[in-house]
Amino acid sequence: MTPTRKKRLMAVVLILIGVGIATALFLTAFKENILFYKSPTEVLQGDYPKARNFRIGGMVKKGSIVKSTTSLDVEFYVTDYAKDVMVQYSGLLPDLFRDDQGMIAIGQLDKNGVFQAEEILAKHDENYMPPEVAASMKEKTADYDNNKVNN
Amino acid sequence: MLAEIGQFTLVFALLLSLLLTVLPLYGYFTKNNSLMHTARPLAYLQLIFLLVSFLILVSLFILQDFSVTYVWRNSNLELPLRYRISATWGAHEGSMLLWLLIQAIWTGAVAFFSKSLSRTQIARVLSVLGIISLGFAAFVFFMSNPFLRSIPAPFDGNDLNPLLQDIGLIIHPPILYMGYVGLSVPFAISIAALIGGKIDDTWIRWSRPWTNAAWGFLTFGIVLGSWWAYYELGWGGWWFWDPVENASFLPWLAGTALIHVQAVSEKRNAFRGWTVLLAILGFSLSVLGTFLVRSGVLTSVHAFASDPSRGVFVLTLLAIYAGGALFLYAIRANKLKSQGGFQLSSRETLLLANSIIFSVACFMVLLGTLFPLFFEAFGKKISVGPPYFGSMFFMMMVPMTVLLPLGMYYRWQKDEMKRVLQQLLPSLGVTLLLAMVIWFMFKPLNLKASLGVFGASWIFVSVLLYFKQYKGKLTRAVWGMQIAHIGVAIYLFGVSMTEHTDFEIDSLMLPGEVKTVQGYDIEFKGVEVKKIENYQASQGHFVVSKNGKVVAEMNPQKRYYPKKGNPMTEAAIDPGFTRDLYISLGEKINEQGGWAVRIYIKPFIRWMWGGGILMMLGGFWAASDRRYFRHAKQMKQKNIDQYLKA
Repeated sequence: MTPTRKKRLMAVVLILIGVGIATALFLTAFKENILFYKSPTEVLQGDYPKARNFRIGGMVKKGSIVKSTTSLDVEFYVTDYAKDVMVQYSGLLPDLFRDDQGMIAIGQLDKNGVFQAEEILAKHDENYMPPEVAASMKEKTADYDNNKVNN
Repeated sequence: MLAEIGQFTLVFALLLSLLLTVLPLYGYFTKNNSLMHTARPLAYLQLIFLLVSFLILVSLFILQDFSVTYVWRNSNLELPLRYRISATWGAHEGSMLLWLLIQAIWTGAVAFFSKSLSRTQIARVLSVLGIISLGFAAFVFFMSNPFLRSIPAPFDGNDLNPLLQDIGLIIHPPILYMGYVGLSVPFAISIAALIGGKIDDTWIRWSRPWTNAAWGFLTFGIVLGSWWAYYELGWGGWWFWDPVENASFLPWLAGTALIHVQAVSEKRNAFRGWTVLLAILGFSLSVLGTFLVRSGVLTSVHAFASDPSRGVFVLTLLAIYAGGALFLYAIRANKLKSQGGFQLSSRETLLLANSIIFSVACFMVLLGTLFPLFFEAFGKKISVGPPYFGSMFFMMMVPMTVLLPLGMYYRWQKDEMKRVLQQLLPSLGVTLLLAMVIWFMFKPLNLKASLGVFGASWIFVSVLLYFKQYKGKLTRAVWGMQIAHIGVAIYLFGVSMTEHTDFEIDSLMLPGEVKTVQGYDIEFKGVEVKKIENYQASQGHFVVSKNGKVVAEMNPQKRYYPKKGNPMTEAAIDPGFTRDLYISLGEKINEQGGWAVRIYIKPFIRWMWGGGILMMLGGFWAASDRRYFRHAKQMKQKNIDQYLKA
């Protein structure tokens, strides 16, 4: 092999190693941090990741919010107008969290079938609906258009 | 009537951009001088018409003309004047008009500061900028026209989203757009050069100050956005790796790579093709960002009402610009021969490494941002959590930090690694000392924070020693570079401390209750209701003391905007050089006056933004280097000489 070829070969090998390491890093970081989105119906069918965080989304069921008066605990039902799942959370709630608003919670389902949320997201524009929530609402309700985005 | 004039000037600007696209370029191909000479006047006219159009929209807001749909949707009689003005770009339509105006401002600036370019060069550059204006002017006019009327006019308007009624919103979008759109200048210069089939030193040298200036604006825009999210969203976070944030970060990463590779491209005549490619990438990512923000295809905490059909239009523009540019690049790439040879052990290699690190980081952020879309195609809904970005970015920034000082000390073309390391040895010693001192002052620090502190010290000390060694012979460009690098060090220190030693607690507090947090005694005095301007506020009163001495009195608010029934959290922040105290109110929990309260202590968070501001200043300072202009004058002389000879 000529010196130039040797140098080129070295460069190629180095690049391949670099790309290999980068891909491995990417795949691990990615696998650990991907969050699936599930609707209440899917969760009740058992279609959700066990023992790891995922996102559940839908509307806050009307009249279902129960707030403690001695702590920051709150529980409510999230609904896709077909099925409901109970969510428990402790902490500050977003400003636009209220009855009949779209929301997404991140957390896990405990063995009693209650979603233990670590984080609750509602949006900061009342005309905005997270696309996933809008989509799962659409699947479940024929008259979706009547109570959608621009309520 | 006013709205119609606005409409009319907008149409006129659209036509002017069409002429700007066609005439000079046609003149270039047919060697028609008078057609080429239309480029500058057309650029100025386009700017004037868009400026008038924009000012008319502002006055429609000031005059409260609710017959205009966009105005009544985003303003009302009670809205204070300053927010009526900023409401002009508060929602989609107006913000796109602002984008277009800023595009015209950059185009006008290019026309004005291009005395050193030849007629054929400037004709091509302005024409390419015209193509971009044309696309976005069509978008504004056909897809999101702010001048449309509602008949009959409502008596009162809707409201501006309370979150946007804030100083942050008044300045953040214009600055960010200056950066976004500014990247269209290096893009246009590259495309114009590709059309001509030749990239020489003049082109590259001439595009450097533009890139630096645009990058400076972009940096500042991102800093402002982060600061705004921090104090206005009430959640104490400064960066969420949210799609909308990533949208502004992607062009920044590409722009950073571009700035560094341009140095090689100009000085050493190497990596010419790579420079062009990065310039194309930078602006394409700006357009992609606009698409992500405006289409609402991705879930975002910052998403405001959005419209998918507009997304398709922007996506089409992106396909045309990026696709066309890459096609042209593919045809012309073989002409972009770089002549400058260099050895592996040289500054060229290190700057190449920089551009590779930043483009890989850019690619990783892009993947994380777009992955939910790929998955959706397969019917799976996912999102990528912030830890993905955090850990990826950390990995990428380790080599960047290690190599940065080497890049400053290495010589062009060929250098001995031994020599460079010897030169950096004292710097390494001081760095270890400094990092240890910091570590013992703030221990315990975890691994990431320790590495961050070490990296920050490494860059900081190396830059200081660089000043010591090369004092007296530094150009503005080098000063700019080093100011920006100090900014990197400051930022790195701030982010390491904020991310890894901050403190957060959510709790229920009753009036009179005291919480002790990291040596601060925070007493909750209660909440009173106040009526202020166009909202009603439940205002909390907290007294913060340390060792019995009062440090701050803080008044976080829960605001209620009666117009649309929107609540909003306004955090109270006691800013400091070494820490921020941050208190926000949740909601009333019980009849004893108990409230949900969130308390944060954020060490050194200001340093992070301070670092960003230094980066911006570095960019502007480098852009103002006389060298670019002095050389421009010589070039002008050369052009005249050539002209006389011919």
